[in-house]
Amino acid sequence: MVRTGKSETREPSALTAHELRGLMQSGKMTCTEVVRAVFERIDRFDQQIKAYLYLFRETALEGAAHVDEKIKRGDELGAFEGIPVALKDNLCTREGETTCASRMLKGFRAPYDATVVERLANAGAIFIGKTNLDEFAMGSSTENSAFQVTANPWDLTRVPGGSSGGSAAAVAADETIVALGSDTGGSIRQPAALCGIAGLKPTYGRVSRYGLVAFASSLDQIGPMTKDVEDLALMMTVISGKDPRDSTSAEVPVPDYASVLDRDLKGMKLGVPREYFGEGIDAEVRESVERAIDRMRECGAEIVQVSLPNTKYGIPVYYIVANAEASANLARYDGVRYGYRAPDASDTISMYEKTKRSGFGAEVKRRIMLGTYALSSGYYDAYYLKAQKVRTLFRRDFENAFAVCDALIVPTSPTPAFRIGEKTDDPLKMYLSDVYTISANLAGVPALAMPCGYSREGLPIGLQVIAKPFGELTVLRVASAYERHRGFSLRKPPLNGTKAN
Amino acid sequence: MVKYEAVIGLEVHVELLTRSKAFCGCSTAFGAPPNSQVCPVCLGMPGVLPVLNSLAVEYVIMTGLALNCTISKRSKLDRKNYFYPDLPKNYQISQYDLPLTAGGFLEIEIDGSRKRVGITRVHLEEDTGKNLHPEGASYSQVDFNRCGVPLMEIVSEPDMRSPQEAYAYLESLKSILEYLEVSDCNMEEGSLRAEANVSLRPVGSSEYGTKTEIKNVNSFKGVQKALEYEIERQRQVLSSGGTIVQETRMWDEEKGVTSIMRSKERAHDYRYFPEPDLVPVVVDDAWVGRIKQMLPELPQARQERLVAQYGIPAYDAQVLTASKAVADYYEQCVRNGADPKAASNWVMGELQFLLKEAGTDITRCQIKPESLAAMLKLIEDGTISGKIAKTVFEEMFRTGRTPAEIVRERGLQQITDVQEIGSVIDKVIKDNPEPVESYRRGKTKAIAFLVGQVMKATKGKANPELVNKVLEEKLK
Repeated sequence: MVRTGKSETREPSALTAHELRGLMQSGKMTCTEVVRAVFERIDRFDQQIKAYLYLFRETALEGAAHVDEKIKRGDELGAFEGIPVALKDNLCTREGETTCASRMLKGFRAPYDATVVERLANAGAIFIGKTNLDEFAMGSSTENSAFQVTANPWDLTRVPGGSSGGSAAAVAADETIVALGSDTGGSIRQPAALCGIAGLKPTYGRVSRYGLVAFASSLDQIGPMTKDVEDLALMMTVISGKDPRDSTSAEVPVPDYASVLDRDLKGMKLGVPREYFGEGIDAEVRESVERAIDRMRECGAEIVQVSLPNTKYGIPVYYIVANAEASANLARYDGVRYGYRAPDASDTISMYEKTKRSGFGAEVKRRIMLGTYALSSGYYDAYYLKAQKVRTLFRRDFENAFAVCDALIVPTSPTPAFRIGEKTDDPLKMYLSDVYTISANLAGVPALAMPCGYSREGLPIGLQVIAKPFGELTVLRVASAYERHRGFSLRKPPLNGTKAN
Repeated sequence: MVKYEAVIGLEVHVELLTRSKAFCGCSTAFGAPPNSQVCPVCLGMPGVLPVLNSLAVEYVIMTGLALNCTISKRSKLDRKNYFYPDLPKNYQISQYDLPLTAGGFLEIEIDGSRKRVGITRVHLEEDTGKNLHPEGASYSQVDFNRCGVPLMEIVSEPDMRSPQEAYAYLESLKSILEYLEVSDCNMEEGSLRAEANVSLRPVGSSEYGTKTEIKNVNSFKGVQKALEYEIERQRQVLSSGGTIVQETRMWDEEKGVTSIMRSKERAHDYRYFPEPDLVPVVVDDAWVGRIKQMLPELPQARQERLVAQYGIPAYDAQVLTASKAVADYYEQCVRNGADPKAASNWVMGELQFLLKEAGTDITRCQIKPESLAAMLKLIEDGTISGKIAKTVFEEMFRTGRTPAEIVRERGLQQITDVQEIGSVIDKVIKDNPEPVESYRRGKTKAIAFLVGQVMKATKGKANPELVNKVLEEKLK
C-alpha cells in the first residue's frame, strides 16, 4: 500500500484518488497541478505506450480550474471531485469521438453520455481522454485496435492485455489516476493483472450498461481500474446502482464500499478451486498466487479446497454466447445512419457488404461469423441453447462453492504479459488467456484482480478474488486485507520517457 | 373434376395507441415531419438499451383476454435478425416462442350463423421506420418516426374457408380492437395491416395444400378481393395439373391481381434469440385481474344486451354495435329519452347516410345524441311530422343547432288545428273539381292527390292523419 506520508516526494500523477482527495481538500495540492502532472506524464510516455486514442486536454484543464475555485470558495465537493479519470473508448461521451478502436466508428460523435460517465461527472471527476482497446472490446491484447498497438509499461515489447489495455496501461504508467474499463470475458481483470494494477468486474447488473457500446449484452459490465483497492471501492460507490435506462441493472441498494476496507480476514473462509491451478498455468504465476493464499491464511483466513467442475467448458460456452450476441449487436454498423460507409456501393446490399468488409477488422468479422453460425436455423439448439444451459451449470458451480466459502482465490491470467505479435496468428491460443476470467462473466459474479507478485523478468502477476452475486463488499474486504499484508512492496514500471517536443 | 376448398389464415399487425414508443420515450403521433420523433434509442445508436413500455404489454394482454387467449405468466422478447435500412439495429425486438398470449378464438357471423376462428397468438413487437424513394433520385431516404412504435401481431389459425369469412374476421377483429381502444385501426395511416395466407385442398381432404402469402393489401375489401383472385389462380393451376409454389405475392389493387414478390428459397433465417437487454416479462394473476376489470363490454355482449334491454331486433343491434362509437351514440340517445326503435332507425338510416355523404364519421358528427332524442320527441308529440323531421335533421347535421331552435325559427310546427286545416281543404276541394268528382264516384285512390295538394298548400306542415280524416269527412 502506498504510504500517504511519502506522498510529498512522489509526483501527483502517481497518487491515488483517495490520497488526492485529502491533499486537494486541505489545499496542499491544486486540481490544476494534478491534471497538469497527468498530462505531463502523457506527453512524456504516451508516444511509446500509446494508451490514449484522444485527449480531453482543454476541457480537463478548464474542469480543474473550476474545481479549484469550488475548493477555494469552500463549496460542497463531490465524491470524485477533481479526480482524473480515463475512459475506455467504448463508453459513449458527448466530448470527442467514441470509436471502439474501429474504422467503422472513426469520427463518430455520440449524442449522449453513458450513465457511468454522467455519474462520475456529477461526482466531480475530470476526464482525461479515451483509451485504446481491442476493436469493439474483442481481444485479449489490445492488438486488435484499428488505430494503434498499446505497449505494456513494464516492457514495451509486450502487450498490456485486453481488451481494456489502454486503460490498464494508462493507470500503470501514471498517465491517469484511475480509469474505467469494460469486462465481457476478462477485459478489465486480465489487463489489470498484466499491468500490475487493480481492476474490478462488478456483478452483472450492478453498474448500468447504458452508453457502453455493446459487445455481448448478457456478459458486459463496466468497472474501475485503479492503483489500489480503496480507489476501486470509491469508484464503485459512485458508478453503481439502478439505472432506469438499463432494464438489466439491479434494484439492489449501493453500500459504501469503502466501509469494509479496514477489516481483517479472521473468520473468513476462502476457497481454492483445483481447476484453476492445473494444466496450462505458468509455474511462476502458480507459485505467486499460492504464496498469496498462504499470506491470507497467516492473516486469519481459513483456506478450503473447492471444485468448479464445469470450468473446462468456459471457453467454448463463452465464445458461443458472446459471439452470438455480438453478431446481432454489431449488425447496426451498416453505413446507413452513422460511422463508416464504403464509398463505392452500387445498391443497398453491396453497401452493407462493402461497409462491413472494410469497416471491421479480422477478429470482429471472425466473431460475427461464428456468432451468426451459432444462431442459424438448425444449429441454434446445438450451440446457443446448449451453451445457455451450460451457463446455468456455471452458476450452480459457484453457488455450490459459495455454500462452503466466502470468496474464491484464483489466478487472473495463466501467464504474465506476452510479447506483441506472439499470439496474433493463433486466435485459439489468444482465447486461452481468458481461461480464468471467463467463468465470472458467465455466472455474473463479481471478480477483482490485483497484483500478487512479479515474475523473474520483472513482470507483474495478478490474482483474482471472486464472490457471489452482489458480494462486492466481500471481494473488496478480502482484497484490502491482503493488500495491507501482502508481504512485498509494489514496484513502478521502469519507464524511461522521452520528453515530447 | 376435383372440387377445391380454400384454407385461409390471417396475420394482422396493429399499432398500439400508446403515447410513447415501445422501448423509448419518443412520441408515437402520426404525421409529424420526418425524423422529428426520434432519439438515440429508437435510432439504434451505439450503446443504447431498450426499456419496455408496460402499457403496450397491458394492451396486448387486454387484446388476448378479449380474444379468449391464455395469458403467459412468463414471457420474453426476442431479437429477429434481418438487414433493412428502415430497421436501425438490423434486428427487430419481437416475440418468438413465448408470446404474451396464445390459444384463443374469435367468433364471426356468416349468413346468420356463428363460427369460431382460432387465434394462434397475440404478441408484441416494434414497428420499423419507412423507406422513402424520391422520384428520379439516385438515393433513398429513411423516416424513423414510426420506428419503435409498439406493434401487436395477431395470428389466426387457418380456420377460414372463404374470402367472405376472412372479411368478417377482419371486421369483427377491428370492432373488438376499437372497443378495447388499443388501436385506432386506421388502415390508411398504416395502423392496421393485414396479410393473408391461402391454400387449396380437395373438398373432404384433411391435409393442407401449399400456401401462398399475400401482402400489400390496403383495405378489408381488398383482402377479400385478393383472396378471391388468389383462390381462382390456385384453382386454375391445380386443375391444369400444376403445383403451387410456396411464395409471397403482392396484391396489385389497380390491376386486381397478385404477383410474385419472393419465393421460399430466398426466405430469411431470422436467427431469433432471446433479447439480452430486457428481462423476462412476468405477468402475475393480480395484474391479469386488474386488466380484466378494465376490459370494456365487447361487441358481442353489447349486441345481446341491446336486444334484451331495448327490445330492438337482433339485426339492429348487430349493425349498431359493429362500431363502438355508433353504439355509444345510440345508447346516449336512448338514455335521453328516445324511443329505442325510432332511435335505431334514425342512427342506422338517415344519420349513416348523411355521414357517408359528408365523408365523415360519428365521432365528428355535429348532432349530439341528446339533440336527436329531442327531435324524436318532437315527432312523437306531434310538433313536427316525420317528413319535416328529415329537413330539420339535415339542418341539425349541417349546423349543429338544436331541433327546437330550427323548428321555431323556420315555423315548421305541424298544423294540428282542425279549423285551419279545414279551410285549406275547402279551398283544395273548390279548386279541384275533377278529382273530387272521381272520388265521389268511388275512385277512392283520388284522395291521395287531394292530400298532396293540402300538404303542398301547408308546406308539408299539416298533420297528415288529420288531413286524411277531415278530407274524408268533407267529401262524404
